[in-house]
Amino acid sequence: MQEFIQQLINGLSLGAIYALIALGYTMVYGIIKLINFAHGDIMMVGAYVGFFSLSVLDSNILVAMIYAMLACSILGVLIEKIAYKPLRYSTRIAALITAIGVSLFLEYFTLFLLGPAQRVFPDTAFPVNNYNIIGVSVSNKDIFVIVSAVILMLILQYIIRMTKTGKAMRAVSEDKDAAVLMGISVDKTVSITFAIGSSLAAAAGVMIGVYYNTVNPLMGIVPGIKAFVAAVLGGIGLVPGAMVGGFLMGILETMVSGYGNSLYRDAVAYGVLILILIIKPTGLFGKNTGDKV
Amino acid sequence: MLQVKEIDVYYGAIHALKKMSIHVEQGTIVTLIGANGAGKTTTLKTISGLLRPRNGSVLFKDADISKVAPEKIVSLGISQVPEGRRVFQSMSVFENLEMGAYLRKDKKGISQDMENVFVRFPRLKERYKQMAGTLSGGEQQMLAIGRALMARPELLLMDEPSMGLAPLLVKEIFAIIKDINDRGTTILLVEQNANMALSIADKAYVIETGEIVLQGSAQQLLTSEEVKKAYLGG
Repeated sequence: MQEFIQQLINGLSLGAIYALIALGYTMVYGIIKLINFAHGDIMMVGAYVGFFSLSVLDSNILVAMIYAMLACSILGVLIEKIAYKPLRYSTRIAALITAIGVSLFLEYFTLFLLGPAQRVFPDTAFPVNNYNIIGVSVSNKDIFVIVSAVILMLILQYIIRMTKTGKAMRAVSEDKDAAVLMGISVDKTVSITFAIGSSLAAAAGVMIGVYYNTVNPLMGIVPGIKAFVAAVLGGIGLVPGAMVGGFLMGILETMVSGYGNSLYRDAVAYGVLILILIIKPTGLFGKNTGDKV
Repeated sequence: MLQVKEIDVYYGAIHALKKMSIHVEQGTIVTLIGANGAGKTTTLKTISGLLRPRNGSVLFKDADISKVAPEKIVSLGISQVPEGRRVFQSMSVFENLEMGAYLRKDKKGISQDMENVFVRFPRLKERYKQMAGTLSGGEQQMLAIGRALMARPELLLMDEPSMGLAPLLVKEIFAIIKDINDRGTTILLVEQNANMALSIADKAYVIETGEIVLQGSAQQLLTSEEVKKAYLGG
């Protein structure tokens, strides 16, 4: 039982990170029907911004996270304006291929700029403490990751549900033409969506830095794909789906590593994707609505 | 108030509107009637800026709006009740109305107008927390009209508000349109239900395959043999 709770806590931390990344995938998909394959790499850039503000600027972890979020929200908006906006009315496959191109660009430009070496997150940034609660070891890393992720998700929910901007985002994602007829600017709303999605990815990047202690230019690929699977699992385009999907993926992965074989954990992630696509392609929360004419 | 001057609109290679002109005077109801695919919706989409004319111009209060961004056109005072209602299904009635007032900043005026919409459509008030997708067709039409009114438009474009509604509801909707007009909003009404449209309109245009083939006062068209044969069922 203790073992199980231990795995569950590990799973929740990992899941919180996946959920934050998955939110960006799902929000962008919801609004422009694009799988932004560069999203995991935006997360990587966020991790680096966090790394440099910790090691060079000597800022504390929260400030580092805020810098990372700001930098990546700008990066996300720029990527959309430069790479995706010109293709908004072309085929979806063209935009998808562009997204893969942006992904490779971010990976290899960072590699070129900073070199392939892993960098270690400074220890001083986050002194680790382990607490032993009835035989279960909880580190302050877990607490930090879970609490900050939950706070960010609550803020996101508030923005989407309660603010005018958030409602405009929902309106655009549901019916672009009708939204335009309300006077909502689609361009502006798409930019805001990229800004929010990318800043959540950046926060996740800093969390991964804290959690695994290292950053490298290709660190965005695998978590990016897993978060994408999480978004599909919950139902792509649906915000609550991304959150639940992220946590499920995280828990599943730690359970497989804990009770089975950690070599299989990636295979399980892709297995989930295949199963979902076969059994319920719209995801756990998705309704079966065909494209209306 | 609105002058559409000899516009040519294309969908790819298809010439959807051919040198099409209409004129809407302030305070009137003008109706554009015609069969399916004649170009009625295209006309409204062009006025709203969702489509661009290749030639010709659209003048609203003497300013050319044919190159103005659609969200900007809303702020100039033109709202549209689109074909098929297009309410935001997964948003509440209340939120739909809020979206209608998206460009406005006067909180007091907005809540006043919201109250007015609820007075006009009591059924919406009963359901203001409900998702719009759960409303009946008639209620969704009322919501679409209420939503457009929330922008306080000077010119209201309505695209087939009677589509898919039961006869009794159609009557109700037309009475509402007349009432909106009586309170000072100019209306351009696109309809297949020519009879009803002509009965409340001041002026009417008949459109066939992208061209205006007939125009005149609604009275004249109601009694015209041609219109009777083609659109009023003999």
